[in-house]
Amino acid sequence: MRAGAPEAMLEAMPIIEVSGLRKAYGGRPAVDGVTFTVEEGEIFGILGQNGAGKTTTVECVEGLRAPDAGAVRVAGLDPRTDRDRLTRTLGVQLQESELQEKLTVREALELYAALYPAPADWRGLAERLGLTGKLTTRFGRLSGGQKQRLFIALALIGRPRVVVLDELTTGLDPRARRDTWSLIEEVRDGGVTVLLVTHFMEEAQRLCDRIAVFKRGRVAALDTPAGLIRRGSGGTVISFAPSRPLDRDDLAGLPEAATVERRDGHVTIHGTDTTANAVVSLLARRRITAHRLRITDSTLDDAFLELTEDREN
Amino acid sequence: MSASAAVLKAELRLFGREPFALFWIVAFPSILLAVLGLIPSFRDPDPGLGGARVIDLYVPVNVLLAMIMAGVQALPPVLSGYRERGILRRMSTTPMRPAALLAAQIVLHFAAALGSALLVVAVGRLAFDVALPGQLPGYLLALLLGALGALAMGAAVAAVTPTVKATTVVGSVVLFPMMFVAGVWGPVQTMPDLLRRIVECLPFGAASQALYRAAEGGSPDWAHLGVTAAWTAVLIAAAVRWFRWE
Repeated sequence: MRAGAPEAMLEAMPIIEVSGLRKAYGGRPAVDGVTFTVEEGEIFGILGQNGAGKTTTVECVEGLRAPDAGAVRVAGLDPRTDRDRLTRTLGVQLQESELQEKLTVREALELYAALYPAPADWRGLAERLGLTGKLTTRFGRLSGGQKQRLFIALALIGRPRVVVLDELTTGLDPRARRDTWSLIEEVRDGGVTVLLVTHFMEEAQRLCDRIAVFKRGRVAALDTPAGLIRRGSGGTVISFAPSRPLDRDDLAGLPEAATVERRDGHVTIHGTDTTANAVVSLLARRRITAHRLRITDSTLDDAFLELTEDREN
Repeated sequence: MSASAAVLKAELRLFGREPFALFWIVAFPSILLAVLGLIPSFRDPDPGLGGARVIDLYVPVNVLLAMIMAGVQALPPVLSGYRERGILRRMSTTPMRPAALLAAQIVLHFAAALGSALLVVAVGRLAFDVALPGQLPGYLLALLLGALGALAMGAAVAAVTPTVKATTVVGSVVLFPMMFVAGVWGPVQTMPDLLRRIVECLPFGAASQALYRAAEGGSPDWAHLGVTAAWTAVLIAAAVRWFRWE
């Protein structure tokens, strides 16, 4: 039982804090001053192109690498000096690691469960990840997707408070990917904080509460998926075919519209939610019917490309 | 079940799934002894050997061969494979130290080598009437040092080579001279004087002499035990100093 005051303090404390992190390999900076915090219960995404420093950053969080400069704390622990406690707090799925070739799925689950003081029930995890039919299969004979699912199970087997998933759904087919996403949401609903490294926009958009976009070892942007999309030009796309032509001045007077295009009797407007509302009321006022009216968000894909665009090239 | 016991259990199962490694460690030394024992002249007392038979000399040699097979041939690719495949890295993110995996493999190779040594002695006794070791404590001490030396040599090979491929190459380059030094191509006791003196300064040459002396019933020479122990210490230090976890 904890007293009220310290508990309130604990809740206010972010579970992952990375500040001023730097790490260079052979003089070339891989991570160059990265700062972010992750709140407990969040799904936090790290998005970026290859070589942007994503994996190096999470390796510092996992305690696998010593930062050259800066500080990392996970649940108040220093990943390098508090390894013992960290490993009981943090579950990890590494991007490149394997298991013993001839170890069966069941043996792997049993082994890793035995390493933790209060492990999850491995049978339940295996079932949730669709591994029940593969329990007697050796690791070396699993497909890429099955290996990936086994690694997700192993990341969760110690009942971690924080789980780091690096390239979570790489190698999974679309169906398995969607199943995995629901699993991650369930895990979060159980109170686990998730740090997710990915380069699938759809995955980040669907799962993450907030996303740090990495570019050349730095955080280029940090926001909610919706926030990142809004930063791009034309966050909302409104398109329709009006029942009769719209007045040019009416269109020009739309608030916050970035672009207005008319082609073959079809109107496409890039703007914001305000623009969308104005379009709807304009149509009502003029008693114009909008055929095939679509109001969509521009995707995270667009925003990501814009954010990571290399202006030097 | 404790975490270390779980690691040992899993590694024991995996060890049992490596038929080739098991053959070279457990079966090969006894088979070689049996083949040598089938040569009639090896079963005749030799005045040049103080009335001993060649086969008597070969029992300690094959006991040592079991240690070399386990330590120098089988162990190194396992250790460097665990590193290369990221198994140690994955383990290091759990509450278990990755060293536990290596320790489990070393213990299992050691146990298999001891089992093989027992089998060699049994085959020698039952098939060729070779007397059991006369001075058991000395024999066990020499055996233990020889085994540690072989395992340390294997660990050192895995430590200084970056990939499984390199480990396998260096392992076999080291293997053949070590087998020679141990007396597989001719027991140390039958080597020309100068060669014998050189070989006695090398890890398994000294262990071979110590084992044979104890098998005959005498006390092993402290110089031979000392040379083996010193090599073991150096090899352990090298393995610890140069082993990379990833």
